[in-house]
Amino acid sequence: MSDFFSSGWSIFIAVATIAGLVACLVLLVFASRRQPMAGDNSTGHVFDGDLVEMNNPLPLWWIVLFVLTVVFAFVYVYAFPGLGASPGALGWTSRGELDADQARASQAMAKVYSAYAQQPAEALSRDPAAMAIGQRLFINNCATCHGSDARGSKGFPNLTDSDWLHGGTPEKIEETITLGRTGVMPPMAAAIGGTRDVHDVANYVLSLSGDPHNAISAAAGKKKFVVCAACHGADGKGNQAIGAPNLADRIWLHGWGEDAIVDIVEHGKTSVMPAQGGRLTPAQIHLLASYVWSLSQVRQTASR
Amino acid sequence: MSGTVIPIAVDSEAPGLVSLYVSEAKIQPRAVTGWFATWRWLLVWSTQLLFYGLPWLSWNGRQAVLLDLAARRFYIFGMVLHPQDVIYLAGLLILAAYSLFLFTAVAGRLWCGYACPQTVYTEIFLWIEHRFEGDRQARIKLDAAPWSLAKVLRRGGKQVVWLAIGLWTGFTFVAYFTPAHTLAAEAAAFALGPWETFWVLFYGLATYGNAGYMREQVCKYMCPYARFQSAMFDRDTLVISYDAARGEPRGSRRRGVDAASIGKGDCIDCTLCVQVCPTGIDIRKGLQYECIGCAACIDVCDGVMDKMQSPRGLIRYSTQNAIANHWSRGEMWRRVARPRVLVYSLVLVAIASAFVASLALRAPFKADVVRDRGALARLVDGGAVENVYRVQLMNATERAQRFHIDVEGLEGAHLSSWSDVVLGPTEARWVPLAVQLPPQSARTLGSGAHAIRFHIASSADVVPGVGEDSRAQAERREKSTFVVPR
Repeated sequence: MSDFFSSGWSIFIAVATIAGLVACLVLLVFASRRQPMAGDNSTGHVFDGDLVEMNNPLPLWWIVLFVLTVVFAFVYVYAFPGLGASPGALGWTSRGELDADQARASQAMAKVYSAYAQQPAEALSRDPAAMAIGQRLFINNCATCHGSDARGSKGFPNLTDSDWLHGGTPEKIEETITLGRTGVMPPMAAAIGGTRDVHDVANYVLSLSGDPHNAISAAAGKKKFVVCAACHGADGKGNQAIGAPNLADRIWLHGWGEDAIVDIVEHGKTSVMPAQGGRLTPAQIHLLASYVWSLSQVRQTASR
Repeated sequence: MSGTVIPIAVDSEAPGLVSLYVSEAKIQPRAVTGWFATWRWLLVWSTQLLFYGLPWLSWNGRQAVLLDLAARRFYIFGMVLHPQDVIYLAGLLILAAYSLFLFTAVAGRLWCGYACPQTVYTEIFLWIEHRFEGDRQARIKLDAAPWSLAKVLRRGGKQVVWLAIGLWTGFTFVAYFTPAHTLAAEAAAFALGPWETFWVLFYGLATYGNAGYMREQVCKYMCPYARFQSAMFDRDTLVISYDAARGEPRGSRRRGVDAASIGKGDCIDCTLCVQVCPTGIDIRKGLQYECIGCAACIDVCDGVMDKMQSPRGLIRYSTQNAIANHWSRGEMWRRVARPRVLVYSLVLVAIASAFVASLALRAPFKADVVRDRGALARLVDGGAVENVYRVQLMNATERAQRFHIDVEGLEGAHLSSWSDVVLGPTEARWVPLAVQLPPQSARTLGSGAHAIRFHIASSADVVPGVGEDSRAQAERREKSTFVVPR
């Protein structure tokens, strides 16, 4: 009863409800009293000179129905929460009903998922029914960030290519979905040196992917890259164990070009993939991970 | 409409005080035969053969008419309707409403008198009552008789048959939603689902109660049509009318005696018209709201007039104008084709044509293109702009269809990820797709939202050994926008 600041409101509503029902009964008794009628079966009321109110009695079952509805109302407010804060004799709550519905639904779903839980991703990716479920899970839970086609956008990784921040095996994907990931790139400008040095490093990083760059600047940046190599590796190919991106594969998650790289080096970046373990069941995550894994497999086959 | 005067028994202990509620007197209508009764029976047979028979009809290996609520697919003979086709239900209801307007303007409560389920089931239940308990007089006598073995057997037999018909009706109703053969097997094994049980019992007992007990009270107190039909009547509407000018003054006479010669009207006051009336009114008091237009009084009065060797039609379908002005049939019928009726007919024909044409030209699939929710646009390899869409494809046939999608209306735009999709019979699926615009085209267009069209073509999915079906080939275009970011 957080909506009300005083329990007096609860009593007020209970009293108003009971009084309303009693008023209905009183009205019924009052209205079913015998009325005086004139000899011509009219009430004696005449309007506008010639409009006579006749007595056309309602069938008795009609008023019996009315009484039954009032009786029903008393039973209802006794059994269900109808009187202010009273929980009702049956203890029904909308939350309880939702829980029961969800339990029933997950029981029904468990049957569907149990067939898939024991199969490896390779087998599931060849099962159209499993992949259709996987796609629906993806669209409902992942598409908001990664896009309906799973190819992401700036800041949100593309899941259909072969570039994986934390590993692209079905097991790693399952782990990523269940526990979530936090990718931290600290601001590195101070460690690298001055503004000139940062631009040199950016050009060197571009050169790793073979993207357009200033060769002299890149050669100067190569020496400074030692600072970056701690995480990204001496060859810039990253380290999936700590989620350090590969800088040599022409995939630019946070924007392409010298300015974008300089911006990241100067300000750093923290990216979060939220954990889904509490929202989805392990069986759902297994199927979802298999679907995500299958996306990059299809692409690799197609490009070959 | 003239006010009816219902006699009220004045309470002897408190003279002048009456109750505003009364127990309805039980009406025991007398069985009737004749031209209109035959028409009613024809309609009883045709509507009920349709209702009870349809669930057992097969079509292409499934039930011909099946409303599959769980899967949200509605099968009507060769058609499969999705929930998105609810417009056809609206069309059907509009057609029904306009038909009601037209029929009511022409001849009053035709629907009530001949085809309404309330009338039809009451007719069936009355027929059964007649078999077990006899006609009106016998039933009135049985009502008054003390309980005896004979009365128990007659009443019990009637109840058993009534309940059986009620339950069979409930079963048939549910068979439109659960396939009839499945339902029959479930019922035989006493394994009906909770909702199936509820609806079989609810619909069955409602039929039993309405047709066995409520009868005319449904028409008098519950049916809204009785109350608003007066807005559709006018003085040129054919209604069941007693020709007072010809019938009055009423009184008995011998067969073959000319009524006029003894200063009487044609009505011999035999009260048969009151005895056959299912709503218990006296048609000789004029048009009344209780009259459901069943024409039982016409049939019975014609029989009496034949016996009295007087011309038929003392009670007949006529209009208020025709009765008042003593018009001939020709004069009366000319007035029936009045502007109101012609306009109703034209509108009805127009809507019916549009309805049929729309069904006949129905596309074999539906498609809906929705821009992806996450990002407006993204830059991919080398500065190309990509937009993501989701296409909902709905197969409106019972054959598999292959879908091919192209994008048009934007120079250089092409689908960057697409392989043809095959949808199984009646399947609906969301398919993500991405449209890519090369950097050069994006620069030429400039930033902003640009119109784009998706061309969606379907063809029958060719299964080995099965010939291609040309009917499944169709195409449609869906509009959307393509966003080039700044």
